[in-house]
Amino acid sequence: MNRVNTAKFSLIAIAIGAAVMAFAHWFHVDYLFFASYTILQFIVLGTAWNILGGYCGYVNFGSAAFFAMGAYSSVFMHKFYPLPIPVLILIGAIVCGIAGLGMGYLTLRLRGSFFAIATLALAVVLQTLVVNWEYVGGSRGAYIIRPENLEFAGITINYIEYLFALMLALAVIALATARVIERSQLGFGFATIRDDELAAEACGVPTLRLKLIATTLSGAFMGMAGAPFPYYIGYLQPSSAFGLEYAVNSIAMPMIGGTTSWVGPLIGAILLGSAQQYATVTISSAVNLLIVGLMLVAFVIIAPNGLIGLVQEHLRARRKP
Amino acid sequence: MTALLHVDNISKRFGGFIALDGVELIVQPGERLGLIGPNGSGKSTLVNCICGTLQNESGTVRFNGHVVDGLAAHQRTHRGIARSFQLPRPFHSMTLADNLRIPLLYTVHARSGPLRSTGDLDARCHELLEMVGLAKKGNQMPRDLTQVEMRKLELARAVAAEPKLLIADESMAGLSHSEIEDILTLLVRLNERGITVILIEHIMSAVMSFSQRLAVLVSGKKIADGKPEDVVRDPEVVRAYLGQ
Amino acid sequence: MDISFDLLLNAIAAGLLLGGFYAAVTAGVSISFGMLDIVNIAHPAFVILGSYLAYFININFGVDPILVSILMLPVFYALGTAVYQVYYLSFEKRGQESLRGLAFFFGLLFVTEVTLILVFGVDYRYVEAAYIGPSIHIGLVDLPLRMLVPCVSALALFGAIELFITRTFAGRAIMAVSQDQLALQLMAADPIRIKRIAFGISIATAAVAGALLIIIQPVEPSVGREYIGRVFAICVLGGLGSMPGTLIAAMLLGIVESLTSTFYGPSWAPAVSFGFLLLTLAFRPAGLLGR
Repeated sequence: MNRVNTAKFSLIAIAIGAAVMAFAHWFHVDYLFFASYTILQFIVLGTAWNILGGYCGYVNFGSAAFFAMGAYSSVFMHKFYPLPIPVLILIGAIVCGIAGLGMGYLTLRLRGSFFAIATLALAVVLQTLVVNWEYVGGSRGAYIIRPENLEFAGITINYIEYLFALMLALAVIALATARVIERSQLGFGFATIRDDELAAEACGVPTLRLKLIATTLSGAFMGMAGAPFPYYIGYLQPSSAFGLEYAVNSIAMPMIGGTTSWVGPLIGAILLGSAQQYATVTISSAVNLLIVGLMLVAFVIIAPNGLIGLVQEHLRARRKP
Repeated sequence: MTALLHVDNISKRFGGFIALDGVELIVQPGERLGLIGPNGSGKSTLVNCICGTLQNESGTVRFNGHVVDGLAAHQRTHRGIARSFQLPRPFHSMTLADNLRIPLLYTVHARSGPLRSTGDLDARCHELLEMVGLAKKGNQMPRDLTQVEMRKLELARAVAAEPKLLIADESMAGLSHSEIEDILTLLVRLNERGITVILIEHIMSAVMSFSQRLAVLVSGKKIADGKPEDVVRDPEVVRAYLGQ
Repeated sequence: MDISFDLLLNAIAAGLLLGGFYAAVTAGVSISFGMLDIVNIAHPAFVILGSYLAYFININFGVDPILVSILMLPVFYALGTAVYQVYYLSFEKRGQESLRGLAFFFGLLFVTEVTLILVFGVDYRYVEAAYIGPSIHIGLVDLPLRMLVPCVSALALFGAIELFITRTFAGRAIMAVSQDQLALQLMAADPIRIKRIAFGISIATAAVAGALLIIIQPVEPSVGREYIGRVFAICVLGGLGSMPGTLIAAMLLGIVESLTSTFYGPSWAPAVSFGFLLLTLAFRPAGLLGR
């Protein structure tokens, strides 16, 4: 029964995305593609973060590191041996999945707070390594010329629309994966780790193994989100790839949307992402980041279960006679 | 007969504080062992070292003939050791029934292999809840339970793992006389089904009526181990614990 | 690689001075993380806040930055107690400090940094004081006063905290609360009040650390982030809550960073402290001296 629901869900999601794409295409609203691409990217990042953070309760402050690793693995491949983007996405997934596994293995046997600090450390170490690595451009950055169009089986697609379609597919896959995990035995196990890791072990839950699965999946998806980024942006610098807005948004969006379900990061990404796009254009990008930070603090204090939590409480209150 | 559990001269310290000092304990299969001692004597540390929540620094813990030092807690649970926590630790984001489903999914299934259907799982959860008198509260959340009910849930969750050895860590604190009787009857029934039980308690009447053998832990050392009626008359035990 | 002896000596001396300063920055985290088990990753943000306040008053009123920081101590103390109160009510009480507490402090770090960017911009800021510029020379070694003065002040701060913790009742209560909260309650002391005082002190140290920072180097809002790794690396390496351990670890880190900077270039310096941190967490989380 679950498999049917997931298929239905995926179709609906693809349909919505296709509708947006068609609208933008026919009315030549290029900005819509750019804005939506960013939001889709955040859906993937937020969902990825939530697998480890929301489901298992382990906070990752280094989302930017995995995102950047994905981006830089594409830059590396571009200079070394150009490959089509879907393959790059796969490479990004593998590189970052392994990185997630490695980091997890080193630090997950410690308390959650140590893990969180370790993720911060990893982000800075990685950034320092990249800044000093001339092959991928170092601190000066790397240019990737994006072709105008993609020729595929006789059809010509605008490259931006192609990237959008890829990111849409990634978002759907990420959301579907999160949804499947949530309803599975794995997700159940994740929840016990979040609730009480000691009791989970006593009940026979192999907590280390599950946490490693979570970090690997989480890292892989973040890497996948980062892989097309150099093509999207054209000029990749460490400061933009490792930018603070990725770290803060991948935490703020799930926490504001709600961490207990796949819907949370989706809502968080759409609402917060759109608000930020609007604010960046009308006010300034610094102010918009400030607002994100303030909202994160406010929500964490007042509405710990995010928007979903607020809705659920409202419904529960209505149900009581 | 090989002992089910052999705690072989284990020691554990926290910084400068010696929690366990060369503790030796042998438990035969099917036995009902009582463990008593003043607060801070190391009883919970001993339980933690047996179950794998903590690792002992010296000595060995053998279960069913195999050395279990170095094994993680979940692996020991798979092998048949289950415990209830002194301060209940329910999974607070799940219903009571779901709390019981976890050991069923992660321990029982891990052992036996083929998955049971959802219906079987639900039936087993209901059975366990009934066993501790919480059958009507299956769909409630742990935060809606009283302290007493949470202790019962703790016990039910430990039993759900179908252990060979069940360690009940002060499950009776705060219970009324009839509730204590219920828990004791339950533990005896489980013992009759073949589960070895270690009962850690302060309520002497319960310990005396339940235990076939009694061990006393004081300041990390075992000071007595034998028949209950002999142990309670031991002058050192009286001085260190009972006389208080 | 040609390692000249006097370059090496100077690098080590600089490292020691830097290490002393790092100890002052870490002192606050030693208290909040080492003793109270609160992962305040926003601590460097408070330090930078201290730097900017010192800058502002120094530039507009000509007051010596270290003097400013001492005047700011009660303000930062009050800020610390307020932050703890929010943290306690929102997270500690509900037992949700792991995920949400961390997110809270991360949010604070972020908000502080962005606010400073909006108010002061991203340009580097300096302070002016008599001891920024001259150096004293001992044999082959140059000791710039702009590093010596902060180091000495840092050690003084450190000594003051150590005395406070071991000699005063409040200080010993803080040690007690870090070891056994229940026992403290049974002694009829209010652990929450003690923790609030401790956290207040922790943030107060940030005021001083901030002033010292802007004496040593020019400051801009994102500088705080580099210190997160340093501070926690020193804390963990030194053994949580052990003040002597923290001092040794700070010196060690200072020397290694200084040597790396001198012989491999300053762009590798952040990797040193954060790499140290990762290695420590992976292989020796109990710290150099163990617990």
